[in-house]
Amino acid sequence: MTWEVVIGLETHTQLSTRSKIFSGASTAFGAAPNTQASAVDLALPGVLPVLNREAVACAIKFGLAVGATIAPRSIFARKNYFYPDLPKGYQISQYELPVVAGGGLKIRVGENEKFIHLTRAHLEEDAGKSLHEGFTDVSGIDLNRAGTPLLEIVTEPDMRSAAEAVAYAKALHTLVVWLGICDGNMQEGSFRCDANVSVRRKGDEKLGTRCEIKNVNSFRFLERAIEYEIRRQIELIEDGGTVVQETRLYDADRDETRSMRSKEDAMDYRYFPDPDLLPLMISEEWIANIRKEMPELPDAKQARFQSEYSLSAYDAATLTASKAVADYYERVLAKFRSEPKLAANWVTGDLSAALNRHELEIGASPVSAAALAGLLKRIADGTLSGKMAKDVFDAMWNGEGDADAIIDQRGLKQMSDSGAIEAIVDQVLAANPKSVEEFRAGKEKAFNALVGQVMKASQGKANPAQVNEVLKRKLAAGT
Amino acid sequence: MHQDTLAGLARRLAAREFSSVELTRALLDRAQSLGKTLNAYITLDEERSLAQAAAADARIARGEASPLTGIPIAHKDLFCADGWRTTCGSKMLANWISPYDAHVISRFNDIGAVLLGKANMDEFAMGSSNENSHFGPVRNPWEVSRVPGGSSGGSAAIVAARLAPAATGTDTGGSIRQPAAFTGVSGLRPTYGRVSRYGMVAFASSLDQGGPLARTAEDLALMLNVMAGFDPRDSTSVDRPAEDFSARLNAPLEGLRIGLPKEYFSAALSQDVATAILAAIEAYKKLGATVVEVSLPNQHLCVPAYYVLAPAEASSNLARYDGVRYGHRASEYSDLLDMYKKSRAEGLGAEVKRRILVGTYVLSHGYYDAYYLQAQKVRRLIANDFKAAFAQCDVIMGPVAPSVAFPLGSKTTDPVQMYLEDLYTISVNLAGLPGMSIPCGFGAAGMPVGLQIIGPWFEEARMLNVAHRFQQVTDWHSKVPPGVDA
Repeated sequence: MTWEVVIGLETHTQLSTRSKIFSGASTAFGAAPNTQASAVDLALPGVLPVLNREAVACAIKFGLAVGATIAPRSIFARKNYFYPDLPKGYQISQYELPVVAGGGLKIRVGENEKFIHLTRAHLEEDAGKSLHEGFTDVSGIDLNRAGTPLLEIVTEPDMRSAAEAVAYAKALHTLVVWLGICDGNMQEGSFRCDANVSVRRKGDEKLGTRCEIKNVNSFRFLERAIEYEIRRQIELIEDGGTVVQETRLYDADRDETRSMRSKEDAMDYRYFPDPDLLPLMISEEWIANIRKEMPELPDAKQARFQSEYSLSAYDAATLTASKAVADYYERVLAKFRSEPKLAANWVTGDLSAALNRHELEIGASPVSAAALAGLLKRIADGTLSGKMAKDVFDAMWNGEGDADAIIDQRGLKQMSDSGAIEAIVDQVLAANPKSVEEFRAGKEKAFNALVGQVMKASQGKANPAQVNEVLKRKLAAGT
Repeated sequence: MHQDTLAGLARRLAAREFSSVELTRALLDRAQSLGKTLNAYITLDEERSLAQAAAADARIARGEASPLTGIPIAHKDLFCADGWRTTCGSKMLANWISPYDAHVISRFNDIGAVLLGKANMDEFAMGSSNENSHFGPVRNPWEVSRVPGGSSGGSAAIVAARLAPAATGTDTGGSIRQPAAFTGVSGLRPTYGRVSRYGMVAFASSLDQGGPLARTAEDLALMLNVMAGFDPRDSTSVDRPAEDFSARLNAPLEGLRIGLPKEYFSAALSQDVATAILAAIEAYKKLGATVVEVSLPNQHLCVPAYYVLAPAEASSNLARYDGVRYGHRASEYSDLLDMYKKSRAEGLGAEVKRRILVGTYVLSHGYYDAYYLQAQKVRRLIANDFKAAFAQCDVIMGPVAPSVAFPLGSKTTDPVQMYLEDLYTISVNLAGLPGMSIPCGFGAAGMPVGLQIIGPWFEEARMLNVAHRFQQVTDWHSKVPPGVDA
């Protein structure tokens, strides 16, 4: 029996506004509990919400980026339920008329490209947090997060594997960070996914019964949770059981999903339009103003990198994986434009490796774009060999100055004077008659040994290409 | 001095006939005696009130006074005032001290008025007799065995008994107009959005509106001048240029077209009230007004629509009273759900619970369309009815309530009878219109009758003019309840 997996994702992205969606309190993460909760966030008697227009601007930006329709009029609704970290007893969200509808994202899994359609994206407020550690018999409530703006982004059930779901989540993550509307910090909960998973027999028209896995906050967990859930559902059906519609939680420690509540216990949220807030009206002018400030989007940038800098699709994709990397790359080119491929190699190669090793974001790189450009110039003009360049890069990373200063200090200039190289080659040939003999007897390896000797004699400074050329010529001449 | 109107007291304070401290002291003493008999106040704080009075006197001495500087005002106990207990007439908030000022309170503070005390009210403004207060019922100064109306019953009794020259109230379904009518004072519910709801504890957000109660239309204008105005903290507050509501009080009424909705003069209206209303209309004719019959064909749908929408919003607005962060929490409970249940069961009164249940029901899956959406449609029809009527007239007049103030306990066992008290008032709330009640005579048992004046949206100044001219040729508004010393 072959099975088809159907997955849709709902993603809560915390919007990077300075203040909350309906109050003036700060949204900064990590403050002492309840120090960033205003009267509105605490839901004191008599307080009223006032919409933060910055949050709306974020939603508009997102809508434009995914080619969605931005509703000229949308409605905030109350989602009613009791929970200790939900101070008003309702969450202000959008229900029937969301701010963003439609649009979609291109994803890539291996060689395949796929377009994931979005159903909608709506604005809502986050709840607070219940704290259980450090308390006995009671729980604490921290309302600092209460009222933080969220954009909940909902896909159509377009994904057919955990890999596709993860690719979508990553593409979405890149995009919201790229747009500057979300800090993307998954550990702090800025980007959380709910996955709706169902399976059906290949060829079935009807969708299977779905389960929703709540609040997964890493790509790895998302993949594992979905994989587990797919296996669970298929095994269940193959054993003659039926899938029950329910909400499940992923337990990372045990790598399994567990039932949280079934559809029968599903709450009736009694949605109705919030009478404290007017309909959200978005003018064409507002949209046009935001459109003007939109950054170049990943796909467009990737295409431009390929055409403008003659990069491969792979390089262009790697360099546009994040806006910070793409910006860094273009800042390097702004200082040194003539060899974009060389620059790409360094940004995606040595720099990226060093950043990974030190667990740094590119924005925190000790080697600035300008500094890297300085190094690339010295490689391009032949001053540094590849090997020397790596040493200089390490020195730059350690804060020893710019490339030229390090080259001067260490006397690292590559030897490109052909007279000098010829003299060294002559010495080496005279000193290693055995190798010369072996080479002439057809042993290719002997050539490499000779090159090594020349490089050693020049203390690594000789231009390797020139050494090759001179050696070959002299050996052929039989001197 | 307690007999004087707000306008009169303002003149005498400005002329330094007496100080604000003297006036406040005198009114606090009355609050301790007659106020206790009527159970009109929930909270008095003499120290705070007198400190404000002293500050007002200093301000007057500096020559920085505005008309209401130093005037003691009573506030319905759902306006949050920094440092004051704000109970909403509920056990749930019996010990809650507000850490902030409502917009209305800060407006009064800004001009140096004195907060005289927090007035009794029906719990969370739900009621038409002030019998739903956790702090006990308020008595009608005209006859202490009768109700003062509700939910702003304390505010109305305070003004009627000359305990304060003016008070604030709120009107969600008639809660300013009906108690004003029952106690023979003047009350104005402004257009929805005119007065900020920030810091005014919510009952039904789309219907709630704060407004003044006072003895005269002239005083209402002075109060509205302070209370009205745009507030960015209330998204439903309307941004309009500031208006002086006193400016047009004396404009002549020649040519005024008064609309009388035929639906208001039906069998539901008791004869004594009808007689007083029609006499008032005759007085208006003498002032130069003409009368046209108008129709509000959906009038019969008002009560059912209102008792879907108001409870729906209330069920959500009152969810925050869960015992978690503030307010009443049960002393013993087994788990979280038990804490919610017990805290709310103990903290909220019967009528509040009834409305929460109704509201929860009408918003529930499967009922929402049939009740809530349907009621919203009715609401639009009612607003359209008024639009059509105002094409034919400048103001609409009619009764405020079907009968005069009734005896305590006479309607408490039948909620529907109590809801019908709002028959003539709630259409105004559903349409978001301004509405007034002014005294226009006496009915059965010598109890006061109120004349309702309804105006088009934002026409408060015209309505106050219409009321003021009436009060210049009648003296119903200056009648003093028999038990109140003159």
